[in-house]
Amino acid sequence: MSRLSEANLRIAHDILSRYPKKKSATIPLLHLAQEQDGYVTDDAMEHIAELVEVTPAEVLGTCSFYEMFKRAPVGDYRINICHGIACHLLGADDLIHHAEETLGVRQGTVTDDGKISIEGVECIAACTEAPCLQVNYRYMNNVSNEGFDVLVKGLRDGTVSVPKHGTLALTRQQIPEDKAAGNAWVEPDDAPAWWPEPEGDA
Amino acid sequence: MSIDATESDAEGVEVAEPEPEPEPGVPFTVNGVEYRAEPGRNLIDACEDVGAYIPRFCYHPRMKPVGMCRMCLVEVDTGRGMGLQPSCMLTVSEGMVVDTESEVTKKAQDGVLELLLINHPLDCPVCDKGGECPLQDQTMSYGPGESRFVEEKRHYEKPIPISDTVYLDRERCILCDRCTRFAKEVAGDPLIHFMDRGNQTQVNTFPDDPFSSYFSGNTVQICPVGALTAKPYRFKARPWDLNEIETTYPNPMGDRVTIQSSRNEVLRYLGVDSDAVNWSWLADRDRFSFEATMHDERLTTPLVRGDGLGNASADGDELVATSWSAALARVVEALEDANNNAGPSSVAVIGGARLTNEAQYAWARLAKGVIGTDNVDAQLADGLPGDVVASLPRTTIADACAPGGTVVLLSGDPKEELGTLYLRLRHACVEDGVKLIELTPNETGLTRYASQSIRVRPGDIGAVAAAITGAEGANLDKAIGAVTVKELEALAAAVSGSDRITVIAGRTSMADHAALTVEAINAFAALDNTAFLPGLRRGNINGAIDMGLSPELLPGRTSLGAAGAWYREHWGQVPGQAGLDTTGILGAAATGRIAVLFLLGADPLTDFPDPELARQALDRADVVIAIDPFINASAAAAADVVLPAAAFGEVDGSHTNLEGRISPIRQKVTPPGTARPDWMIAAELAMRLGKDMGFVSVEEIADEIAAVSPLHAEADAAAIDAAPDGLVMPLTEDPSRPTRFAWSDLGAPDEPASYDSYSYRLVVDRTMYDMGTQTAHCQSIDQLAADGVVRINSHEASRLGIGGGARVRLSSKRASVECNVSVDDRIARGTAAVAHNHPGLDVRSLIEMGDPVTDVRIETV
Ligand code: SF4
Ligand code: FES
Ligand code: FES
Repeated sequence: MSRLSEANLRIAHDILSRYPKKKSATIPLLHLAQEQDGYVTDDAMEHIAELVEVTPAEVLGTCSFYEMFKRAPVGDYRINICHGIACHLLGADDLIHHAEETLGVRQGTVTDDGKISIEGVECIAACTEAPCLQVNYRYMNNVSNEGFDVLVKGLRDGTVSVPKHGTLALTRQQIPEDKAAGNAWVEPDDAPAWWPEPEGDA
Repeated sequence: MSIDATESDAEGVEVAEPEPEPEPGVPFTVNGVEYRAEPGRNLIDACEDVGAYIPRFCYHPRMKPVGMCRMCLVEVDTGRGMGLQPSCMLTVSEGMVVDTESEVTKKAQDGVLELLLINHPLDCPVCDKGGECPLQDQTMSYGPGESRFVEEKRHYEKPIPISDTVYLDRERCILCDRCTRFAKEVAGDPLIHFMDRGNQTQVNTFPDDPFSSYFSGNTVQICPVGALTAKPYRFKARPWDLNEIETTYPNPMGDRVTIQSSRNEVLRYLGVDSDAVNWSWLADRDRFSFEATMHDERLTTPLVRGDGLGNASADGDELVATSWSAALARVVEALEDANNNAGPSSVAVIGGARLTNEAQYAWARLAKGVIGTDNVDAQLADGLPGDVVASLPRTTIADACAPGGTVVLLSGDPKEELGTLYLRLRHACVEDGVKLIELTPNETGLTRYASQSIRVRPGDIGAVAAAITGAEGANLDKAIGAVTVKELEALAAAVSGSDRITVIAGRTSMADHAALTVEAINAFAALDNTAFLPGLRRGNINGAIDMGLSPELLPGRTSLGAAGAWYREHWGQVPGQAGLDTTGILGAAATGRIAVLFLLGADPLTDFPDPELARQALDRADVVIAIDPFINASAAAAADVVLPAAAFGEVDGSHTNLEGRISPIRQKVTPPGTARPDWMIAAELAMRLGKDMGFVSVEEIADEIAAVSPLHAEADAAAIDAAPDGLVMPLTEDPSRPTRFAWSDLGAPDEPASYDSYSYRLVVDRTMYDMGTQTAHCQSIDQLAADGVVRINSHEASRLGIGGGARVRLSSKRASVECNVSVDDRIARGTAAVAHNHPGLDVRSLIEMGDPVTDVRIETV
């Protein structure tokens, strides 16, 4: 359970400065919170409510509308296995069953090491590649049971590189200073690891 | 009249045949008949106006339409052919054709109901709403006989508390958005919201953040199903077993309410949609106060001092039951003794704000006309002087809230003290662009909506008001306390740029001198576009002042000087000279100059700013007589005689609100035991003193008021009875009656004594839930009075090196008390705020009455 960190608070103020109304920053700030903790904590929602000047209930009302905001811990890698019609016909049920067996978890729960959670989802619009799945919204196509095992192993030992759940992008939007509505530059020292070094610096 | 005549004459010259006046509005057709309506009027209302009621769940006339429920679908043709449209989301336009009864409309309404009932549990036999449920009623009138839905319904935990008084059963909810809209749009406390929108949409709060709005009970009243229920009414009654009567709640707003009872037991109050006053809303403190009326600690018989065995004896320690005749005989004996020994001015009456207008008049006449004392005061030195209130040029809430106006707040927080006035002002600021200027020591519940909210330190308000109103000799080139020159200039510009100013005048703090507020009032009263609404917080205090329960005043906002002769003629006598206010009365009593002290619902030990003086006064007065529905602290400590009074709901009469609006109060149940209406006690005492006042009913008193008061001409019993929305006084001027107080009659306010400066200026303010006698007797809300703390700004806290919960000592030059700190950024810097009458902390001993302000030091212990 945590509020936004010092570094993320600076980013939050940067985000807030892009909108004429503070409330408009609710969803970007929820993403920021999810990026920080892997899911949106109650404390973070309270913190966001303070920042955008609404009540926590209003933030929760917005947050809970979106399936992609998680309000309970999920694995670092969320595997969404499609069980839409095409995938179903080509063995999605079997794949889900295999995943549950080998990981020792049920749909919607997390492995003990906190690395992986699985979920069955509706059609993800890759029917030609069925059965398919997403790892933190990155597509993996034509997945067999063996392929699934390789994927899981690769995720665990780092050979398959997928950003952790919640990571929005590897580069963050930068608004040129003359276009900005007064956003503050984040000092490199305070910036999170993925923050790009300002150009021209050594 | 004459203007009309000239106009038609002029027209007659130009046009031979005057054209017929165009009918107002635009034509539109409902079910084949053409009507006219204001263009822009909501279609659902326009149809109802012409007798075509359209079923609805989400639409509420006091909130914005949202089109959530689709129950109001009707066939509408706006030129593109008939189609189904939700009538609450349409406005009338020219030529619109509506069919509210067609087959298509019926099928649509039938379908919507079947859909709404899919997840509804249909547990009507155990639901409080059964019998008055719009969902039940409309299913009977417009719905399908049976459901095709055989699958499992949604299940939720039944019911969950969402606040201390309100329960939510999410299975019953039809997601109409009324409660959530109320919370956001009306109360401004959006603590409930739709969560998990989609298949599992539900109303809920944030975890561990309850819907602790002062107005939460209204959601129960507007929920169209049994999803929201109020703790005090759950499983108490069936609507068809209830009797009801419409009446006026005796708070300073005069909210219109319905009392519902069954077998002589009041079971709930509902707000009534009065356009002039409360728009159907109520504050929870008032809504649930019927619990006090029904409390078993209500007094049922007169009490006198006696011994532990129940035998009366004047020096006994206990209060023992006695008969009315014995108790009244004791009172009369005391009055006669007092009159013989030291004259009528050794009798005093404190209180009376609880009473109806008629009872107040009866007591004013008893005190001033029968006994002959002017030592009468309905306020306990925590309001404004009666003559000031009587002299204020008044306005109405509707005018104050009309678009284009400016409201200046010179009183305590309306959200804490005046409930529905806060709702009206909030609406005016948010929806109608009314400008709010706050000149208060700390932020209030309205600060968010204010166009200018300036922190004026106690003591500076007179100078600030003088400067910004351009009073003679005042100027803007010097900062006043914490108010900067820039702020002063902006305020002055706002004041001079306003066409119409309403000042809400009251006391922001018990710890500073009323004269400071009076100075500010004087500054504003000098502007000719300014009118006032008194922001006094006690029950029918406005009626008490209008009925003369204040030193020097006589009924009808007039004075001994202006109307003494007139009332002498009608009453037989009036006091020769002005008497004492509560401070004066208690001072005189403490030095043995008051023989008989009436406490007319007053509790000086708890409410008077100087509890020491109150204690001495009660101890020294020979005979103290309390007239009250309950035994309060003062009565328990010192009353020699206690007379049980009938309470709200048990008496007839009328009420005066802050506008001077008189509206009827109606009796619904009988008082407990032998408790009597206050007017009857006054009449009986007068009779026993051998000076019968000549009235035997409330109507006769109302007629007498209308016949003699300079303010109440033509407002007799019949007129009041015929006007449920109230009559704003004066209805007419009767030149034969004495003149009323005018602002120009006021002298300069008494100069308060000077003071020396400590570090923090003390503000003693009020909150909605304190330990007041009434709230303390309501089981559902009595635990809501938070523990007493001193509230300071976070900058001050860090300057002192303390955080919330720290234990500190507050010391003034007079005394010191220990308490806990709460860090609250609504408090201005340099100020320490303490709410009056909260458990565990009484700071009144710090206040030196007569000093302009109270400064305190804060030290950690
Ligand atoms: S609880 Fe009642 S008022 Fe609130 S949305 Fe549900 S049905 Fe409407
Ligand atoms: S059904 Fe699996 S992607 Fe369409
Ligand atoms: S009343 Fe019109 S949609 Fe609900």
